[in-house]
Amino acid sequence: MPSRPLSPHLQVYRWPAAMLTSIIHRATGLALYGGTLFLTWWLIAAATGPDAYAAFQSIAGLWIGKLVLIGFSWSLIYHLLNGVRHLHWDAGLGFDNERVERSSWIVIAASVLLTLIIWLLA
Amino acid sequence: MVELRLPKNSRVKKGKHWPAPDNKDGNRPPRTRTYRVYRWSPDDSDNPCLDTYEVDLDTCGPMVLDGLIKIKNEIDPTLTFRRSCREGVCGSCAMNVDGSNTLACTKAMDEIKGDVKIYPLPHTQVVKDLVSDLTNFYAQYASIEPWLHTDTPAPEKEWRQSEEDRAKLDGLYECVMCACCSTACPSYWWNSERYLGPAVLLQAYRWLIDSRDEAAGERLDNLEDPFRLYRCHTIMNCANTCPKGLNPAKAIAKIKKMMVAREV
Repeated sequence: MPSRPLSPHLQVYRWPAAMLTSIIHRATGLALYGGTLFLTWWLIAAATGPDAYAAFQSIAGLWIGKLVLIGFSWSLIYHLLNGVRHLHWDAGLGFDNERVERSSWIVIAASVLLTLIIWLLA
Repeated sequence: MVELRLPKNSRVKKGKHWPAPDNKDGNRPPRTRTYRVYRWSPDDSDNPCLDTYEVDLDTCGPMVLDGLIKIKNEIDPTLTFRRSCREGVCGSCAMNVDGSNTLACTKAMDEIKGDVKIYPLPHTQVVKDLVSDLTNFYAQYASIEPWLHTDTPAPEKEWRQSEEDRAKLDGLYECVMCACCSTACPSYWWNSERYLGPAVLLQAYRWLIDSRDEAAGERLDNLEDPFRLYRCHTIMNCANTCPKGLNPAKAIAKIKKMMVAREV
């Protein structure tokens, strides 16, 4: 007898908003590792001297460096806001489907908004 | 293990098209609905495929299951699926309809836009067509010992329970173990060998808070494990998909709270 197939999962499942916010939480958590390394480089460069700092600046000043920094700040804000949501859940609050849907979109919108504000003010 | 792609033998190919049979007057039925249904048979070595069926709506009931039964009766008798009560009580006809898991008998065709797309419960071993192997799921259910545990001698009549204590079981006892929630959970997809999944954990909580049960400590010991309980990451697909409107994620959160409460 041929071996049984595995039924489709990600290929067919329609994503609710909360599934999206969950995977973004995981992804931003990973991105924070990279972002923190970037930040560490900045601190070490600043402590080492003008040449090392200039080398850092030459990368960070490029559009790709800016993009990394913007992504890092958004990741941090998103992970923080969604983390607050997880704290609520750990307390047993906010589990109704409607509230979860609403808080999903609030976290996404607020993280983008706050990132924009930071970069417009900075 | 996280494996985003389907194994080679599981990738879905294009299948056959089955037109609706002519109606009583010998004409083509004027009102039809297209069903796209996952097919796989152990009797040949082909990959699964997606067959399309035209269902005559003028001679068909309103629910997704009505269409499937009509297909089996009048178009293609080899189509295989589980069904029994046709009123959302037995949990047999759980399947993936229009991208989320539900009972085909309580899902109306009207709720679906476009073609009615039907797959077996996600990330399960397929026995045939829409029939999934639920052996592991039932074994996990047995592992939480879903019956009353007591030390005190049994009373002469029944175990008594106050109305308030009975009310704590509302939102839990209604679960029919259809497996819609567990097979909607990405965490369960990747770790079903070790993570118990939302349905079984909701049942575990149902016994944990039963005022007549006297084994809460042992039950919590059995769940205190990085995988069995704590693979729940509050993705919430369980509550979103439950055809009975229950909230397994909330029950799991309450188990986690009980774990903390007994430590402090």
